[in-house]
Amino acid sequence: MAVLNFLNRVFVEGFWKTFCVKWIWQTFCVAWVHDAFYIQFLCKKLKYDKWKGWVYLAPCIALLLVFTVWPIINTVRVSFLEGYDSLAAIGGETFDIGIGNFERVVNAPKFLTCLKNTMLLCVLTVPISTILALLIAVCLNAIKPLQRALQTIFFLPYVTNSIAIGMVFMAMFQMVGSNFGSDNQYIASAGIINNIIGLFGVEPINWVNANSSYGANIAVLTIYIVWNALPFKILILLGGLQSVNKQYYEAAKIDSTPRWRVFTRITVPLLSPMLAYVVITGFIGGFKEYSSIVGIFDAKMGAPGQAGTLNTMVGYIYDAIANTKHGIASAAALILFAIIFVVTMINLYVSKKKTHY
Amino acid sequence: MDELKEVLSEETEVSAEIETIENEEAVAPSEEADVLVQGVMHERDMKKVSAKQRVVKILVQVGLYAFLGFMALVVLFPFYWMLISSVKSVDEYNMNPPTLFPQKFIFHNYVESFNAANLGTLFVNTVYVGVVSTLISLVITVLSAFAFARLEFKGKNVLFGFLLATMMIPGELFTITNYQTVNNFGWMNTYTVLIVPFLVSVFYIYLLKQNFMQIPNELYLAAKVDGTTDLKYLWKVMIPLALPTLISITILKMMGAWNTYVWPKLVANDEAHRLITNGLRAISFVDEADKPNIPVQMAAVAMVSAPLFMVFIFLRKYIMKGVSRSGIKG
Repeated sequence: MAVLNFLNRVFVEGFWKTFCVKWIWQTFCVAWVHDAFYIQFLCKKLKYDKWKGWVYLAPCIALLLVFTVWPIINTVRVSFLEGYDSLAAIGGETFDIGIGNFERVVNAPKFLTCLKNTMLLCVLTVPISTILALLIAVCLNAIKPLQRALQTIFFLPYVTNSIAIGMVFMAMFQMVGSNFGSDNQYIASAGIINNIIGLFGVEPINWVNANSSYGANIAVLTIYIVWNALPFKILILLGGLQSVNKQYYEAAKIDSTPRWRVFTRITVPLLSPMLAYVVITGFIGGFKEYSSIVGIFDAKMGAPGQAGTLNTMVGYIYDAIANTKHGIASAAALILFAIIFVVTMINLYVSKKKTHY
Repeated sequence: MDELKEVLSEETEVSAEIETIENEEAVAPSEEADVLVQGVMHERDMKKVSAKQRVVKILVQVGLYAFLGFMALVVLFPFYWMLISSVKSVDEYNMNPPTLFPQKFIFHNYVESFNAANLGTLFVNTVYVGVVSTLISLVITVLSAFAFARLEFKGKNVLFGFLLATMMIPGELFTITNYQTVNNFGWMNTYTVLIVPFLVSVFYIYLLKQNFMQIPNELYLAAKVDGTTDLKYLWKVMIPLALPTLISITILKMMGAWNTYVWPKLVANDEAHRLITNGLRAISFVDEADKPNIPVQMAAVAMVSAPLFMVFIFLRKYIMKGVSRSGIKG
């Protein structure tokens, strides 16, 4: 039945009739006619060789114009139209030009919460995951047996659905019971993580349930995001380590340099380009954090009864889009872009001074 | 005469000894040299040092394996927890302390979650969107990369520079206007809206262009002399040579379709077109008493994760290569 429904939808909706397929088909036809018959006379007359490249690029350019170039122009335009609302715009309403959207975004307490959450998560997760990944990569590089197997295990979190595994983390941290945080609270099961830390004599912590503290929520998110970010960083750093010239290490061995100095004076400087790359992409990814939080805390972006307390910048933008407040969304997106741009530039500047190449 | 011979042979012995010492010093750090050096230096001291070094070395190795083993456990534990929780009964799941291995396997959880979440439709939708968008996107990417790598036309470099510049901009900025655009096109809640806006990926074009450029231009010119057409050359020479890159792109694109969440939720959130991630998050798994049923939820999570692991097991090489070169996260 599902298959029938599916076939029905495919043909009734007529996806095949839409322009994108036409574009590709036409491009193929033009190129094919040209190539198959190769009417030299016609080609020379039309100077086909000179614009052949554009024919090959036609589908790409058409799609880019609609879904990339126009959005850039339109987002900037809309962000300066005060209180722009796409529904009202369809209704024929006009809007004043001004910077009202930016003022409203910057002064909105909700946006400030989002900004604070995003910054906090960035500042916590990027250094922790980078240092941990560096340690793991260096250790992996120092062993021979089992290296391959461990490398594969450490890459596993990359090939996961961040929402699905977020739900697993939720289940691991969650307590089962009722009336959390009140006098008659009842805990049926404290959850696996609370039981593990209980082995070290720590009282059960309310990580993600109702009335959980902000700090506990952020701690869970940090653990999950670091877990999720490790594979990519380990892959890049290990690749860097394996391409380092062995002579440096042999020279250090002759001088019987202590291991720690070898690490700080040889490994880290030689790895600095990869480290810079990992940190920059980490920050960019961190500022766009969204789906990890949805995975753990649902689209309400907060523990039960605390909706929105853990929202991020991207979450704020999506909320604004869904409410058709496209002026606000555009302004927020431009602010996000500006922040990412500035942070990346600072990173590049610092890494240029510190990297050894 | 004999005396002279003796002296001479002694001299040669000494010089030979000096030579060996010099050689040993040059290769001293290697382990085999340690044994040789012992003969020259004080044997007892050397033994002490090397024994100490060996102990330190073993300790370091043990430490390395302990650390890596612990981290591997941390990495693997969520997967283990997902699998064992998915076959527990609700009562067993709610026990305190939780059992580390299910007392009784309840595989019916999988059937229950498959029906409750309507996973069949979600799977079909996601695979359809993934396959169609990957195929079309591959065609566009190959044609564009070929044009950038091999064809000469005015404005090529400017255009390519512009494409690279758009990679800087966060995707959220495009989403706002794209939402309006697809709304104006009347594409809301169709497959089209899930496929068309993401067909062009500048990064894949860049990746493939770099790969195409490594193929020597002489091949192309030779093919031209033989009267081979561009498309035939592309099909017979370029694509086979760039196949590893194309496979990497395909896998990453399919994985992207499997994991995409935000855009489908905004524009195609109806029952008929919902994709897997969105469907998984939207459904609350509850038992008869309306209490959350985590084991059934974990069964759904395991089923959503399974195809990803399959792809990973069989195509690990391509995924890791693609990721290390592309640096795209998720």
